Amino acid sequence: MSWFNKVRNSLPFLPKRESPDTLWIKCPGCQEMIFAREYHDNLEVCPRCDHHGRIGADRRLEQMLDAGYEVLPQPEVREDPLKFRDTKPYVQRLKQARAKNPHRDAYTVGSGMIEGNPAVIGVQDFGFMGGSMGMAVGTAFCAGAQRALERGCAYIVVTAAGGARMQEGILSLMQMPKATVMTRRLREAGLPYIVVLTDPTTGGVTASYAMLGDVQIAEPGALIGFAGQRVIQDTIREKLPEGFQRAEYLHRHGMVDMVVERGNLRSTLATMLDYLQPRAAA
Amino acid sequence: MKTFLDFEKPVAELENRIAELRSAAEGDDVDISNELQRLELKSADLLRNTYCNLTPWQKTQVARHPLRPHFRDYVEQIFDDFMPLGGDRTYGEDEAILGGFAKLNGRRVMLIGHEKGNDTKSRIRHNFGMGKPEGYRKAIRLMEMAGRFGLPVVTLVDTSGAFPGIEAEERGQAEAIARSTEACLALPVPMVATIVGEGGSGGAVALASAERVLMLEHAVYSVISPEGCASILWRTAEKAPDAAEAMKITAQQLAQLNVIDRIIEEPVGGAHRDPAGAASALGQAIGEELDALVGKPADELRRIREDRFLAIGTN
Repeated sequence: MSWFNKVRNSLPFLPKRESPDTLWIKCPGCQEMIFAREYHDNLEVCPRCDHHGRIGADRRLEQMLDAGYEVLPQPEVREDPLKFRDTKPYVQRLKQARAKNPHRDAYTVGSGMIEGNPAVIGVQDFGFMGGSMGMAVGTAFCAGAQRALERGCAYIVVTAAGGARMQEGILSLMQMPKATVMTRRLREAGLPYIVVLTDPTTGGVTASYAMLGDVQIAEPGALIGFAGQRVIQDTIREKLPEGFQRAEYLHRHGMVDMVVERGNLRSTLATMLDYLQPRAAA
Repeated sequence: MKTFLDFEKPVAELENRIAELRSAAEGDDVDISNELQRLELKSADLLRNTYCNLTPWQKTQVARHPLRPHFRDYVEQIFDDFMPLGGDRTYGEDEAILGGFAKLNGRRVMLIGHEKGNDTKSRIRHNFGMGKPEGYRKAIRLMEMAGRFGLPVVTLVDTSGAFPGIEAEERGQAEAIARSTEACLALPVPMVATIVGEGGSGGAVALASAERVLMLEHAVYSVISPEGCASILWRTAEKAPDAAEAMKITAQQLAQLNVIDRIIEEPVGGAHRDPAGAASALGQAIGEELDALVGKPADELRRIREDRFLAIGTN
C-alpha cells in the first residue's frame, strides 16, 4: 500500500480505498496475476490453473457450513511445558503466530449444518505454525469430536499440517493416540467421521486422525504423505516419481476415496452425510 | 571387540591401562594385584559416574549402541517358546517388526516388537528396525488375534522411525501406523509396551499406545530424531545435541511429564555391557506390570488406556 493510501485509510471520515496490491494477487501455482475478488469468489482456487490455495480456518468454515454456525472456543492447554527454545523461544514463536492469526492455535472447530445436514467441522490452519499438531491442536480436535458426540452428528476434519509440533516434543507425539481415542468413540457411537485432506498434510497428522476417516477426500494437487520428500530422497537416493504424494497419486494407490474440487466439496459432503445417517437416529 | 562411545574415552583409557598392566605382569614375579584392584575400582567408579550423568544426546548414542540388546536378544533371554508369526496377508512379511506367541515366566503373551539386527547382514534383513506398512499391518493382525484369544500384548519398541520410502508411502505407511495405534487402543486385553532402545516417532507410537508404557533407563523416545529436529529448527543437523536437550527425550524426563509409567534400571554402563542383566530386569518389570493388569475387564482396560492419553497435556 502506498503511503498516500495508508494515510488516507487511517482517516476515519474518508471511505477506505483498496490499493492495487490488495486488488490483485499472484497465483502460487501459475504465477499469473488474478483479480482478488475473482479469486475470493472462486473459493481461493485459481480460475486459470485450478491451483487450490491454502486458506485459514474462518474462511474454510464459511465456505463449508450454512450461515449461522457456531465457532467453538479453543480449549486451554498448558503452554510450553518443555520451556522449548531453538533459535528462538517457543513462546515467542507462538506470540508471532498469534499476531498474524485470528485464532490462538492451528485448529478451529465450527458446529453447524452443511446444506441442512448437521455436522461439526474441525479445520487445521497451515498458516499457524505450519498447522503443526501440538497439545492445543490435539485437544481442540478432541473437543470437536466431543461436540459431534453430543450432537449425535458427523465429524468432518479438514487437515493441513507439516506434522507434529516439534517444540512440544513428546507431548505432540502423544496427540496421535489421544486423537485416535476420539475417532474410536465416534465409531462406537455410530457417527460418521470424514477427512478432507488439503495441501499439505504430512507427518504425524497423516499417521493418525488424517487417515482414519470412514471416507477420505482430498483436494486436487494436495501434498499428502507420511515422510517428507527430502527425507525419502536422502534415504533411498532415487528420483521421486512424477506427482509423488499428491492427491491424485494417493487416489491411484487406493489411499483416498476421491479427489474433490473445492467448488464441489460442500455438495459432495452433503450428499455423503445423507447416506451416512447416524445409526442411533435411524 | 569392545566399542567405546566418545564420552566413554576416559573409561576406555583406564581399561586399556588395566589390560596392559595385566599382560605386562604375566609371568612376572612382581605383585601388582593391589595396583590392579585400585585401577579396577577407579574404572568402575568412573563408569558409574559417567552413566549417572549422561546428557540426552549421550543417551541417544547409548540407545543406538551397536551392541545394545535388541528384540531377538530379549526373546532368547527372557521369553520361552517364542513362535514367530509372519505376514500381513495383503502384501508381504516385514522383518523389521517381529511378533508371535511367547511365554514370559509361564504367562502366555503375544509378543511384538522392532528388530534392528546386530550385523550388516541381519541389519539389512530387518531394515534397521524401520517398519513398513506390512509390518504394522502384521502387528495389527496379531493384536486383533491376541484380543480374541485373551492373550496380553507385550511390545518392545526399538526403532529410529517407520521406513521413509516410495513404496512404503504407496502402500499407506501413514494409514498403517494410524490403524496400528487404533488397534492398541481397541485391545480388550492388557498391553504393556517398553521402549528398549530408540522410540522414534509415529513408528514407535504405533506399538506403544498401551496402558502401561515402560522405558529402559537409557532409552530415548521422541517425536523426531534429534538430527531431524536440528536440521529443521536450527537448519543444521550438527545442532542435534541441542535438539536432544530441548525436546526432553530421556526416560527420566518423560516420567516427569507422565508420558511413561516406569523406568527399568539398566546394569552399570548400559544394557550393552550386561545384556543378560538388562534382560532379566526387563522381564521382571513386564511380569509385574502384567500381573497388576490381568483379570481386569476389557472395558476397564480400555478406559485406563484412553484416560492415560486424554490426560496428556492437561496434567
